Amino acid sequence: MSRAGAVRPGEPVAIAPDVFWVGALDPDLRQFDIILRTANGTSYNAYAVRGSKGVAVIDTVKAEFAEEFFARLWSCCRPDEICAIVLNHLEPDHTGALPALLKAAPQASLYLSCPALKMLKGLVKESLDEARIIAVDEDTRVDLGGRSLRFLYTPYLHWPDTQCTWVEEEGLLFSGDVFGCHFCDSRLFNDSVGDFRFSFDYYYQHIMRPFREHVLTALDLIEPLALRLVAPAHGPILRDAPANYVRRYRQLASPLLANEAGGREKTLLVFYISAYGNTERMAQAVRNGAEGVEGVRVSMYDLAGGDPGPFVDLIEEADGLVFGSPTINGDAVKPVWDLLSSLTLVKVKGKFGGAFGSYGWSGEAVGLVEDRLRGLKLRVPRPGVKVKLIPTDEELEGCAELGRELAEHLVGRVAPRHIDFTAPNALTA
Amino acid sequence: MPKAQVTFEDIGVTVTVPAGTRLIEVSEKIGAGLTYGCREGECGTCMMKIVTGSEHLATPSVLEDKVLKENYAGVANRLACQAQVLGGHVVVRPG
Ligand SMILES: Cc1cc2nc3c(=O)[nH]c(=O)nc-3n(C[C@H](O)[C@H](O)[C@H](O)COP(=O)(O)O)c2cc1C
Ligand code: FES
Ligand SMILES: [Fe+2]
Ligand SMILES: [Fe+2]
Repeated sequence: MSRAGAVRPGEPVAIAPDVFWVGALDPDLRQFDIILRTANGTSYNAYAVRGSKGVAVIDTVKAEFAEEFFARLWSCCRPDEICAIVLNHLEPDHTGALPALLKAAPQASLYLSCPALKMLKGLVKESLDEARIIAVDEDTRVDLGGRSLRFLYTPYLHWPDTQCTWVEEEGLLFSGDVFGCHFCDSRLFNDSVGDFRFSFDYYYQHIMRPFREHVLTALDLIEPLALRLVAPAHGPILRDAPANYVRRYRQLASPLLANEAGGREKTLLVFYISAYGNTERMAQAVRNGAEGVEGVRVSMYDLAGGDPGPFVDLIEEADGLVFGSPTINGDAVKPVWDLLSSLTLVKVKGKFGGAFGSYGWSGEAVGLVEDRLRGLKLRVPRPGVKVKLIPTDEELEGCAELGRELAEHLVGRVAPRHIDFTAPNALTA
Repeated sequence: MPKAQVTFEDIGVTVTVPAGTRLIEVSEKIGAGLTYGCREGECGTCMMKIVTGSEHLATPSVLEDKVLKENYAGVANRLACQAQVLGGHVVVRPG
């Protein structure tokens, strides 16, 4: 058996009595899932848990690393001892060796969350004996003999099917990608490896943050556990003060500075950019209109003066968003798109949105921005305002009306409306 | 033309539409809080709650029924990308 904490080729690493790390190291990886970078590669952590009745395998590895995984696995158990295979989510970086494992251990049952059932067919192309597949819930208990597996359903951390596996007897949580990070260090344990704090935060920001509300719900399930060891699917195994990492998730999922308007007021953000001042004057009118509505805090920002990052932080906390862009070469301008393409990091679904802008002859920007807002699942309750070149007082009043109406939507004070789609030109009226 | 009315409760908008319209065809145009993923009755993202008037919706297809079950839908839930309004007045909201 290997020295605790040091990974050697072909050898498993004991992380608790009769619990082994059987994963793989990928130190050369620099980009992950297209959306993440890593300065330290990553690891695909899989585990084997032995009880008196059999062995459970928790997750596998990326397909290219199957050989390394099986070498470790077969040096801590025989294929016929495996009674359970648990997948905490079905992403390929943890399920690459699944087809081979299912073949090698034909007697083993596969334990998955209910939503994972729907995805399994897309992943394992050979036909699977349905009797081997077991959908678990919070009442399921897999008895391995002397220890058992329980399951916490933690959806959207970060896939719909994500769950964590809990071994109460050991105070051990197999947390999947939760509390993981891309940081490859063969010393394996958090108190032995190099400083991985920025990788831990970075992983949260890019993978978990879009699902902040789900993170908070999951933490409510995890925090009461008497954790002695957290074994995530990537990066260091957290054996020293694992509760600190749970606490860090709570911090990361909470707003940085308390929002002064929090709870009492709704917030509307007006973003604009303007070459000749026309869209800017429209923005001011939108703001003035919205400010007339009680209970709404309105803030305005010139996109020419900031980067997407901090604006994304503001948007995460806001209730409504309005974007002003002139039409340049048939499109909204790049700073607007830069911001609108950065929003996958936060949840914007269900917020109210709108658009406005000045144009010269074709005026595509407003419609394109509205389509994007709808694509991001915002509610766009009324058509935006397009103004040809310099806005008149009347047109500025139309902008104020846009701001006012969005603000009224935010506080739920909008007058009921009727639209007849069977009449010609229903929406442009 | 046979018509139907749908009220999207979350934004207080009522629409009159030709009978046979699917809710997905109007809800985005007016900015209601129903959201869509696959748009073809597979993912369950567009689950909504029928407040009143469910009898005016076409009965769910086998596909819709299956997805509703998979997503632990209650009796008042339907998929907005699938449900067709046949007449009368239906009141819906997200959820
Ligand atoms: C970080 C991440 C987020 C994902 N989000 C979604 C999603 O929101 N909806 C979806 O249908 N699939 C989602 N997927 C699944 C991918 O689309 C799927 O794994 C696909 O097969 C990847 O294709 P590729 O092999 O060309 O990269 C996501 C995958 C990853 C890695
Ligand atoms: S949008 Fe996917 S089921 Fe309706
Ligand atoms: Fe993942
Ligand atoms: Fe992963």
